[in-house]
Amino acid sequence: MKKHLLSINDLTAEDVVRILDTAESFREVGTRVIKKVPALRGRTVVNLFYENSTRTRISFELAAKRLSADVINFSTGGSSVAKGESLKDTALTLQAMGADAIVIRHSSSGSPHQLTKWVKASVLNAGDGTHEHPTQALLDLYTIRERLGRIEGLRAAIIGDVLHSRVARSLSFGLVKMGAEVTLVGPPTLIPPEAPAWGVQVSHDIDSVLPKLDVCYMLRVQRERQRQQYFPSVREYSRLFGLTRERVGALPEGALIMHPGPMNRGIEIDSDVADLPQAVIEAQVTNGIAIRMSLLYLLLGGTGEEVGEVA
Amino acid sequence: MPEKLLFRGARVIDPASGRDAVADVLVSDGLVGAVAQRIDPSGAAVLDCDGLVLGPGLVDLHTHLREPGREDKETVESGCRAAAAGGYTAVSPMANTDPVADTAAVVHEVRALAARAGLCDVFPVGAITKGLEGEAMAELGEMVEAGVRVFSDDGRCVPNARVLRNALTYARTFDDVVIAEHCEDASLAEGGQMHEGYYSYTLGLAGQPREAEEVVVGRDLAIARLTGGRLHLCHLSSAGSVEMVRRAKAEGLRVTAEVTPHHLVFADEDLVSYDTNLKVNPPIRSAEDRDALHAGLADGTIDAVATDHAPHAVEEKEAEFDHAPPGTIGLETALAVVMTELVLSGRLALARAIEAMSIAPARILGAADHGGPIGPGRPANLVVFDPASEWVVEPPFASRSRNSAFLGRTLRGRVVHTVYRGELVVSEGKTQR
Repeated sequence: MKKHLLSINDLTAEDVVRILDTAESFREVGTRVIKKVPALRGRTVVNLFYENSTRTRISFELAAKRLSADVINFSTGGSSVAKGESLKDTALTLQAMGADAIVIRHSSSGSPHQLTKWVKASVLNAGDGTHEHPTQALLDLYTIRERLGRIEGLRAAIIGDVLHSRVARSLSFGLVKMGAEVTLVGPPTLIPPEAPAWGVQVSHDIDSVLPKLDVCYMLRVQRERQRQQYFPSVREYSRLFGLTRERVGALPEGALIMHPGPMNRGIEIDSDVADLPQAVIEAQVTNGIAIRMSLLYLLLGGTGEEVGEVA
Repeated sequence: MPEKLLFRGARVIDPASGRDAVADVLVSDGLVGAVAQRIDPSGAAVLDCDGLVLGPGLVDLHTHLREPGREDKETVESGCRAAAAGGYTAVSPMANTDPVADTAAVVHEVRALAARAGLCDVFPVGAITKGLEGEAMAELGEMVEAGVRVFSDDGRCVPNARVLRNALTYARTFDDVVIAEHCEDASLAEGGQMHEGYYSYTLGLAGQPREAEEVVVGRDLAIARLTGGRLHLCHLSSAGSVEMVRRAKAEGLRVTAEVTPHHLVFADEDLVSYDTNLKVNPPIRSAEDRDALHAGLADGTIDAVATDHAPHAVEEKEAEFDHAPPGTIGLETALAVVMTELVLSGRLALARAIEAMSIAPARILGAADHGGPIGPGRPANLVVFDPASEWVVEPPFASRSRNSAFLGRTLRGRVVHTVYRGELVVSEGKTQR
C-alpha cells in the first residue's frame, strides 16, 4: 500500500480486500468491554479539520484511541485564509510536533495532495471539497460485503447530487474497482457528463433503476443547490429523485438502503424509509470506526498478519 | 563598454528581411552597422556566436508588471530584468495595476520607471473602461497621446456589448489603435478552477467550459464586423476559438490573436498534481485544444506568442487550489518553451517561432524599432540564443516571483545575449545591470 490515502484510486483491489479484512479483525475490538489494543502505542495522529464534521472526526478519534495512539484534534472552521495561518504553515507545525499521521478534512479539493508535499507524515483524506472521501467509500464497501457477502457482480445505484459529492466519486471508483455495476441517478444538472468514463452507467429515471438494485445509495442534497438553479425546487427534487415510501417497494427484497449521513429526512429519503430494517445507515457508522482503525494501522506500518495477535 | 560590438558567425534569422544565413553582425552607436559574411573586427569587441542564433529582440504583448500597486510581486524594474533575461527587448504591461492604467498619468509613471531601468522598451496597455469596470470609456485619446497603442480591460472582458461596440468604433479616431479582449463570459466562468471536462469532474475542481471563452470570441468578432474596428484577442485557449478566428481572418476582419507558452504545452490532465502554478486564466484546456493552438500558430491564425507573465507571491500560490490566484510567470522561459516544445519537436519552423515572438507582436504594438529587419541603420534590438543548450527551470529568477508552471522542467534553448538599443543588457546569460 502507498504511504498516503488521498483517493480510492490510490488502492488496488487487493489493497481494498486487505483493508476490509483487517477491519474485520478490528471490528471485534469494538464489541469488547475494554475497547482498546496497543497497536499504535506511542504514535501520534492529528485530526486536522477545516470543515465542521462531528461524525467523521469522532470516528477517526475513536479509531486512533482504540489503537492506543496519541490523538490531537485540530479543528477550525473555514479555510486557512479565514484562519489567518496558511495550510502549509499549519502542516509544518504539525510536522514539527512529530505527527505520524495527519487526517485532513477540508472544503478545498486537493488539499490532502498539497499536504503530502510539505510533511513526512502519512496523510489520510477525510473528505476534500467535491473531490473524494475514500474512508467513507471503504466503510460502505465493508458494510455491503458484511450484509450481502460479496461486492463483485452486485448492482448499485448512487442517487442524488453526484456533481458535488465526494462520497459519490470515491464510492463509484471503489465499487467499479471491486467489480460491481454502478448506475448514477439524478437530474442531468447534477451528474457529470463525463461520468461514463469512470466506468458507470447514468440514468435520470429513478423508477426504472430501483427494481434492479442490490444497493440503493442515497446522497445528501443541499438546499443551496436550488438557489444555484441546479433544480427548480426541493419539492420537485423529492418528487423526481427522492426515495419515498411509495417508491421503496420497487426495490427487490434484500436490497440495502444506504446513506452517508447526515440525512435530510423528507428530501432525498422519507423518514419512514430511513428507519426500515434494510436501511443500514447505523451499521455504516459503526463500521466506520473499524475501517479507520484498519487504515491507520496499515498506513502506519502494520503488516496485517500481526492483526490477529494484537487484536 | 566598447562602442562597437561584432557578433561573429551567428545564424542570423531575420524573417522581416527573409534572411536565414550565417553572418557577422556589427552594432555601433545603438544601431545595426552592417550584416555581412565577414566584417572587419577592428575597433569592435568580438563575440563568438558559432552555433548560436541571432534574431530580432523578442516582444511581449501581454505582461503583468504589477507596479504600481503590488511591488511585492514585481516592479517595472524587476519585470524588465526578467524580460531582458528572456531575450525580450520590449514588453507591454497590462492595465490592471493599482491604480489602474486608465489615465495618461499612470501611463507616464510606468514609462518613467521603465526608462530609469533602461533594460527594455515598455509600451503600457491602457484600460478600455475607467477602473476596468466595463462601463464608462476611459480617456483613450489622452492615453494615445502618452504613447498607448493597445487598450484592454485584461483580467475580464468588456461585459457590455454596446460599450465594446463604442470603444471599437471610437478607437478608429486614432491610427492603428487596437482593442484587446480577454474573452471570458463571467457567468459561465464563475467559480471555475480549471477546464471543465473529465479531469475537473474527477478531481472535484469546479470547471470552466471552453464555451466561456468561445461565446465572447463569437460576440467580439461580430462586433468587429459591425464596427470595422481593430480587435486583438488575448491568450486563446480553445480549438473553437481558433477556428472562429481563422474564419474571421478569411472574411477580412481586422483581427489578431495571441497564445501563451503554457497553453501550448500543458493539458488539463497535468492538473492531477493540484499544482497551483498550473492554475491560470483562461484555464489549461484539453490535449485536443492544445493541438489546435499548435496548428493555429503554425498557419498564422494565431499571430503571436505572448507570455501573460503573471507574478504572484509565494504565500498566495502555496494555498489551497481554489484560493490560489491564477497565473504563471513566463518571460524567462518563453523562448526555451517554444524551442523545446514546438521547434525542436518539429511542429513549428524556427523562423515562424521568431516571427510570432518578435515581428508579429511588434507590428500589433506599433513598435517600429522592434521585430527587425536587422539591417544597417536599424535600432539594434537583438537576441542571441543557443538553440540546443539544456537547462532546468528553477529559482532564482530575475522576476521577483517564482510561480512558474515550468518549475523543474528541462528545457532546451538558452538566451546568451540580449542587445537593447545597441547595449548588451544580457551578456553570456548574465544581466549586466
